[in-house]
Amino acid sequence: MAYTVAFWILATLCIGSAVVVVLGRNAVVCGLALAFNLVTVAGFFLLLNARFMAFVQVMVYAGGIMVLILFVLMLFNIQDEEKARMPRFFQRYLGFLVTAGLMVLLFAALRNPEVASFPDRSSEFGTVAALGTELFTKFFYPFEAISVLLLVAMVGAVLLAKKRL
Amino acid sequence: MTDLLINLLSTAILLVVVVSALMGGVAIMTWIERRLSAMIQYRLGPNRVGPMGLFQPIADGIKFIWKEDVTPRDAHGPIHSLAPALAMIPALVAFSVIPFGPEIELFGRTIPLVLVNIDAGVLLALAAASLGVYGIVCAGWASRNKYSLMGGLRAAAQMISYELALVLALIGVILVSGTLRPVEIVQQQAGWFTNWNIFGGWQLLGFVIFLIASYAETNRLPFDMPEAESELVGGYHTEYSSMKFSLFFMAEYVNMITSAALVVTLFLGGYQVGLPASMLPEAGWALWILQILAFVIKVGFFLFLFVWVRWTLPRFRYDQLMNLGWKRLFPLALANVMAIALLLAFDVIKR
Repeated sequence: MAYTVAFWILATLCIGSAVVVVLGRNAVVCGLALAFNLVTVAGFFLLLNARFMAFVQVMVYAGGIMVLILFVLMLFNIQDEEKARMPRFFQRYLGFLVTAGLMVLLFAALRNPEVASFPDRSSEFGTVAALGTELFTKFFYPFEAISVLLLVAMVGAVLLAKKRL
Repeated sequence: MTDLLINLLSTAILLVVVVSALMGGVAIMTWIERRLSAMIQYRLGPNRVGPMGLFQPIADGIKFIWKEDVTPRDAHGPIHSLAPALAMIPALVAFSVIPFGPEIELFGRTIPLVLVNIDAGVLLALAAASLGVYGIVCAGWASRNKYSLMGGLRAAAQMISYELALVLALIGVILVSGTLRPVEIVQQQAGWFTNWNIFGGWQLLGFVIFLIASYAETNRLPFDMPEAESELVGGYHTEYSSMKFSLFFMAEYVNMITSAALVVTLFLGGYQVGLPASMLPEAGWALWILQILAFVIKVGFFLFLFVWVRWTLPRFRYDQLMNLGWKRLFPLALANVMAIALLLAFDVIKR
């Protein structure tokens, strides 16, 4: 009962903020709405008992990446758009197409009983210990590969940004 | 059902106690800050309202409430109003995971003196702290004032930079204790004070990095660039008045208390007195009160340190601040993590 109520409150906030991101006239307000949206997604993780994921989601996306994006938006000091510009032809129809494709994919996934029942909230799923064990045993090589990938990206960014090292 | 009801009730009571203690602490800290700064600068400070000026915070509060609340004409209204709350809420949330006392037994049940006791507690505090920057950034931007904006942007850059060093310094503690639950971290530090993480866990370097970074995270001198009055008028809160300004002010002090409590919990044994159980009274009210007192005294010391540092050191220049964060603290914190991991791998530190 409490779970369902919390889910619907979160879902409303999540979709509401997403709508603001898309329709908002002011870039900074859109950015703030996106940050709020990321926090509500963390709320869903909490409902699934995945606390590690929830707090890392807030820390990395809302507390780190979004702050940097807002930083740039505020420096540009974009004023309210007087009139929403009509999107270009491609943006408009390609957008519909991509969204429709995503919806088909999501519904197809939800029809799969294995995915629809995921995850089991009663088990140890999502605790810090369980996540750590999975990462460092079952998914060790993918995990290390991603770490190296991120390191390479970081070195690359520094190299591009700073000509004279 | 009654179980749930009692749980809810005890949480509610604990919540009221913690929030009032925090707000009381904030009020006392504003007075202590002014009195101590006066002593450091060889003057008197507020000593008129009540004994030794102790009622000064009440007078200040009444003044704030009655002041006119000005919103600049060009400000972005909703966000301008939202920003003070955005500054306050994360500071309060972060405190929720800090155990300020042992598990006490009341009416036959065990009640841990912590609001949120979960396995990822340390992460919750970090996540909340990382959101603290929004209040300042929003205030800076929504005021439509160049000084405010500069203050807000400085805050964003500074807090993200120092968060790295802060989190890395904390990883050392997590490596040693092997848990993210603050209650367990504190319980592991029982016994002689040499068992505290700072000594027994080889966390001295981590402690120093964490302390420096938390000064930057709370925007206190010598890192108070977002409100450097000699450069930015008032910084991000230039365009705020009345209770909205007061909320920013209170948020800063709540942040200080939370940071001090985090330092104490992670590095200095939290509520542990620092003596073996044989030298302490039996489990009971005497012990519990002693332990809560130990926590308060330790936190109080770090709050005093905040004030002491503020009125002793001059402000950093902005590029110095960034250099310190990225070129000194960040590599040092990384080296600290490596060193702790190696020491653990070779069994020099026992878990």
